[in-house]
Amino acid sequence: MSAKQMQCTIKSIAPVGNYLHLVLDAPEIGEVQPGHFAAVAVGGIGGGMLLRRAFSIHKSAPGQSLEIIFAPHGEGTQWLATQNAGDVIDVIAPLGQPFVLPRQPVACVIVAGGYGAAPMELLARALRSRGCRVDVVLGAATEAKLFGVLDLKGVSDSVIVTTDDGTSGVRGRVTDVLPNIIKQNGSQAVYACGPMPMLHAVAQVAQENGAFSQCAVEESMACGIGVCMTCVLPVVGDDGVTRMVRSCVEGPVFRGDRVRWNDVHTIPSDAFGAPRPGGH
Amino acid sequence: MSPDLTTSLGSLQLAAPTLTASGCAAAGKELAQFGDVSTLGAVVTKSIMMQPRSGRATPRMAETPSGMLNSIGLQGPGIEVFLEKDLAWLRENNVTTIVSIAGNNVEEFGELARILAKVPGVDGLEVNISCPNVESRGQVFACNPVSAAQVIETVRSVWHSDAPVLAKLSPDVTDIVEIAHSVVEAGVDGVSMINTLLGMVIDVDGMKPMLGGRTGGLSGPAIRPVAVRAIYQVHAAIPHLPILGMGGIRTGHDALEFIAAGASAVSIGTVVFGDPSAPWRIEAELGQELESRGYNSLSEVIGLAHQN
Repeated sequence: MSAKQMQCTIKSIAPVGNYLHLVLDAPEIGEVQPGHFAAVAVGGIGGGMLLRRAFSIHKSAPGQSLEIIFAPHGEGTQWLATQNAGDVIDVIAPLGQPFVLPRQPVACVIVAGGYGAAPMELLARALRSRGCRVDVVLGAATEAKLFGVLDLKGVSDSVIVTTDDGTSGVRGRVTDVLPNIIKQNGSQAVYACGPMPMLHAVAQVAQENGAFSQCAVEESMACGIGVCMTCVLPVVGDDGVTRMVRSCVEGPVFRGDRVRWNDVHTIPSDAFGAPRPGGH
Repeated sequence: MSPDLTTSLGSLQLAAPTLTASGCAAAGKELAQFGDVSTLGAVVTKSIMMQPRSGRATPRMAETPSGMLNSIGLQGPGIEVFLEKDLAWLRENNVTTIVSIAGNNVEEFGELARILAKVPGVDGLEVNISCPNVESRGQVFACNPVSAAQVIETVRSVWHSDAPVLAKLSPDVTDIVEIAHSVVEAGVDGVSMINTLLGMVIDVDGMKPMLGGRTGGLSGPAIRPVAVRAIYQVHAAIPHLPILGMGGIRTGHDALEFIAAGASAVSIGTVVFGDPSAPWRIEAELGQELESRGYNSLSEVIGLAHQN
């Protein structure tokens, strides 16, 4: 996979619940796998915002189009929300390590929080094409913050919705329903995307129930291409050593049992190259 | 005819006047998907230290108006892995390479220089005496003319190579010309300027500094006038001293300002984070800026703003 820096014309931009669905013309886009992300320049040429915003890729057709889902939360995404069909934006994609698919047709669970569901339709299709059973849990604070419920129903064996306020589905968290789903279906792999506390909890539940987990993390990035070292988090390698790895190039998808969730935003004292007593 | 953009930093001839800036392009490899890295003036590597280093806790970055604050803290693999992987890749791909080094103390700078003087593929050395992301501001050697000179003297004493030694200077000093004089007396072949400025952003919801490292280095177009001023001052005081200029360059027009102020070449830094093809774009734009003003070469413009 090689990422391309592309000038993409906006085909459409439309609200979906609390989010915006952006469809781009992307004649240069290569093959996108579920979990890949795109880094979008915001603010226009010569503007005051220098850093790209990263979004997981919702859908893509090679050599044709690229779709993302975003929430206009900050200054950059609010600027993006003011763009219209026909406007041109600068996009780098596809980036990062995608979800690793199982070799065998095992039962899988997809778990997503809010618009963390954006890459999951692609993933569900990929898993099903390998003969995997796919059960889905979609959670959000409230109904308007859910994404992809209907689309995922069409490409999975079951969809369970949870909301914190009970406005849709089961009142509670995704991890309230996850253990039962894993047990009932003998699920062997759990795929998750959403806020970090949710990923931590999902990884824990998966492990407790003997399932393998893959989590697409959300870390703030400056470049998205591996040169700035901003988006690091502590991850245990095959050799058992914890390293501060870049979520943009080594991730954003990591094995849930390898991320040191409790130590995110710190440098664990046993991490490779950690400061030693008496100075670095 | 398009203007001649070739230039030099001391004994090092550069095919292009646009380099990457240390800490903004890792060791070049990641940029290869956006352009031919061997056509850049040089890759200036992220500062390498003797030992592997984890860097500082996250959040490491805060976007600021026309800039950003970073507190990476010199994360890196250590010199051994750097030589084996990064420098090997740069050599294989025929990339002109300026290695940036950082030490915890004067001896470590000397040790790094001793190692790098012996290996092929090092076309220049940038001595980072000005990284603000260290635990103790006392380690910012470039804030003191005596300690700045000590580092350079130590490096120079073991640098048995023709490749130029550049000292990277901090603008966070009372008189940057005084620091420049001291490193010149200690034997540098040129200076790189400027490193980031020390800054802070407060998260008013959490009521604490935004960055894990509390303070960070400010970079990007926000600091460009500071860089142009510093280069202008040092070139005025020491006209023969080669200067590699950096600090918020975003366009060829910006780069031309640096050249006119006295820089012989420029490094493209923070802008690469948002636009990884910027080093190549800026080289092309700089050519157009020179041509549209009737100049035949970059070299005739170096320091030209001092004549008027």
